[in-house]
Amino acid sequence: MAQYKLVRCTINGKKVEQMVDVRASLTDMLRNDYRMTSVKKGCEVGECGACNVLIDGECFNSCIYLAVWAEGKHIRTLEGLMSEDGELSDIQQAFIDEAAVQCGFCTPGVIMSAVEILESGRDYTDDELRKLLSGHLCRCTGYENILRAVRKTLDKRLGKV
Amino acid sequence: MYDIKALYEASSIEDAIKLRLEYPEAQILAGGSDVLVQIREGKRAGKELISIYMIDEMRGVTLDDNGDIRIGSLTSFSHITKNEIVKKYINVLGEAVDMVGSPQIRNIGTIGGNTCNGVTSADSASTLFALDALVELTGSSGKRIIPISEFYIKAGTVDIKPDEIQTAIIIPKEKYTDYQGHYIKYAMRNALDITTTGCSVNVKLSEDKKVFEDVRIAYGVAGPIPMRAKTAEEFIKGKNVSEDTAKEFSLKVLSDINPRDSWRASKAFRQHLATELAYRALKECVKLSGGEM
Repeated sequence: MAQYKLVRCTINGKKVEQMVDVRASLTDMLRNDYRMTSVKKGCEVGECGACNVLIDGECFNSCIYLAVWAEGKHIRTLEGLMSEDGELSDIQQAFIDEAAVQCGFCTPGVIMSAVEILESGRDYTDDELRKLLSGHLCRCTGYENILRAVRKTLDKRLGKV
Repeated sequence: MYDIKALYEASSIEDAIKLRLEYPEAQILAGGSDVLVQIREGKRAGKELISIYMIDEMRGVTLDDNGDIRIGSLTSFSHITKNEIVKKYINVLGEAVDMVGSPQIRNIGTIGGNTCNGVTSADSASTLFALDALVELTGSSGKRIIPISEFYIKAGTVDIKPDEIQTAIIIPKEKYTDYQGHYIKYAMRNALDITTTGCSVNVKLSEDKKVFEDVRIAYGVAGPIPMRAKTAEEFIKGKNVSEDTAKEFSLKVLSDINPRDSWRASKAFRQHLATELAYRALKECVKLSGGEM
């Protein structure tokens, strides 16, 4: 027998509510109920990071997060990064400039990890950045360009370049 | 969609205990980074779940009046690593749990889930053994506090009664005061890998830093459950701080541990790791304590 629950949360700044099947993952809810298709279904066991979103400012793999746990939470996805006039954010533009995107499947997840890093307001060594980005698998380009895109955006935001 | 028969959400510890009694077959779900994955794999599919994840009173690290450190069972790995009390008094635990999975896993994974799983490779477990941690369980008749060494019964089985949930991990003051600790995880990758063998050491040196007053050493994946190497500990107590002592100590662990051949690594390799990690972790502890070897 299907079991449903009302889940109220904030998605990219907008208050929403929806009856949700308790068996749904947060990935299921974001994609199916809210059409947030930047949240990708990759491994679905918390290893690849393609479904990564920010929940109350921290990164979570939404595939292994129950949708009902979203109650009262502030969730941010890649869709929330674009400005009102449709401009890309600095980190998205940096991924393009540094050719850190090939097939693009892992990109939204990686960028959301980058957002958590950038919004911490502090500097990191390259080794620290590698560790902070280590929850993502990219099978196309490798990680150097991704690291460079995050590094450059971080340096810019910290006023270093 | 997960293959879940029914989901019962606990809103408080009391509520969780009630649900435990009402649904004795149900699996407890904390952060879910193991349980939900096992459901996905079919291993725990079709079962009832009691979610305790939303019980906020089980989160956070506090210093009790008597100086004991109390870690709520639902505290995430990343919150343990970032916590000021942990950094100041038991930094080794913060470092150990910072080696679990990936940043995202460390945000969802909890220390309670890590220990309740009963697996030998849990990155928090060996350090908790080395710290002589206590486990607090809350049931219908109140709280029960037991040493972590008694909490583990066998691989995959821990001492949780049918009406209980684990509510906290406690590090007694006398177990961390004047000790320096170090944990080494050996795995094939730096992220998202399970420990091949892990070793956690705590050292208390004499005031002149010349003698090992007390040493506690524990392993993950050196046997079916996390374990201490008591022979090695007995051997080193009262010995002078030196290379020779450290080398001899590291070989003594072989009489305590019981690793096995698995697809991840052979028994012989794990024995080699156990001695080498004992030596390196001990050396680092001496360094952290201000001693010289």
